[in-house]
Amino acid sequence: MLKNRIIPCLDVKNGRVVKGINFVDLKDAGDPVEQAKIYSDGGADEICFLDITASNENRDTIYEVVKKTSKKCFVPLTVGGGVRTIDDINKLLNSGADKVSINTAAVENSKVVIDSSKKFGSQCIVVAIDAKKNGEKWEVFTHGGRNNSGIDALKYAKQMEDSGAGELLVTSMDKDGTKSGYDIELMKKITSNVNIPVIASGGVGTLDHLVEGINSGASAVLAASIFHYGTYSINEAKEYLASKDIPVRI
Amino acid sequence: MNVTIVDYKSGNISSVINSFKEVAKEKVNIEVTSDPNKIKSSDKVVLPGQGSFKSCVEALNNIDGLLETLNEFTMINKKPLLGICVGLQMFADIGYEETETKGLGWISGKVSKIDNQSGKFKLPHIGWNQINIIKDSEIFKDIENNSHMYFVHSYEFVPNDKKVISATTDYSTKVVCSVEKENIFGTQFHPEKSDKFGLKIIDNFISL
Repeated sequence: MLKNRIIPCLDVKNGRVVKGINFVDLKDAGDPVEQAKIYSDGGADEICFLDITASNENRDTIYEVVKKTSKKCFVPLTVGGGVRTIDDINKLLNSGADKVSINTAAVENSKVVIDSSKKFGSQCIVVAIDAKKNGEKWEVFTHGGRNNSGIDALKYAKQMEDSGAGELLVTSMDKDGTKSGYDIELMKKITSNVNIPVIASGGVGTLDHLVEGINSGASAVLAASIFHYGTYSINEAKEYLASKDIPVRI
Repeated sequence: MNVTIVDYKSGNISSVINSFKEVAKEKVNIEVTSDPNKIKSSDKVVLPGQGSFKSCVEALNNIDGLLETLNEFTMINKKPLLGICVGLQMFADIGYEETETKGLGWISGKVSKIDNQSGKFKLPHIGWNQINIIKDSEIFKDIENNSHMYFVHSYEFVPNDKKVISATTDYSTKVVCSVEKENIFGTQFHPEKSDKFGLKIIDNFISL
């Protein structure tokens, strides 16, 4: 039986982890390679790097990080943040990323999803959707949540599936950072509307939130702070999901 | 010993290279090339594959002499070859992804889309799934039955002779996830991304 995945996400800025795990035995708490290795040894089903480097001249730092991580971690590695062109995707894949997530560029021009999934295969193209509720619908935001595109998130999700995305990474902007749980209504609507796997993101504060995320139809749950700050280990999260009859890899 | 990973410019093979280098350490030389002469002189070959069946077959055909060399290596010299994902799928006679495309014909059968039971199952089949080992295989030495492996695919290899199947995995149907026919080995899952058990399979192949 296919297992539900738990994916810890690391924010990387100028090649360094922001909000990293505070473990005493860590030699360098800001080293993304070391942190990713801790997660993969701890049973993470996949590792996600989100590059939040703002300046263009420092953007190449992510390639070095990916290169080093992929030599040490033998679980899938997804990298997103600032991915604009086919060339960006190519460089990340060549550095050792297994999947690349595309956000703003996919909203601005869906051709990048169509072309990249044809060129590299759908299996490595993840479309990241940042959605915020507005009345009865959800709208897609771009540029790290700063700009409202006004596009309907449910329609957009379907359009991205048709364009060749292999997976959707759906983040609720209303919930992100609140620790009050995923936006279950949004996840349910999107997962029932597409036939590709959906990764739920934004809002996890407790292990029950992970359970709710999976029960909303998501194939995988992504979380950052509950793992970074050592509130729970990956293994604790998995044991808890298993105790709620959710199939996980233990 | 020389193990060659065939780089035929289709998809991303860095993870395959990294994992083989990790396992090989200093004892085995890992070569990454599409040069037919280097392939001829190697002891073992790894055939990765990403993207569609059609694009992979076309990419193999695009490199002068590569297909003939692989045929000779596998079918005449009977040296060990490991196909991964679409690398395994290409063993078939025919594939139906995008359009009908002729495969290598090393193991008789076809590659068709996984039956998602009218949308009940998501495709691609992405994530960790357990393998049911149904045949003793050298590459599964010290691998426990029901071990988890990492999968990413929407198409499956359906061999005509079921005796070549060494493992299956349960999704919408029983999906063939590993085959073995004499010197030809293949995994639908990605050993290079399947953590320590995956690395063990790679080690087993290198140690054949």
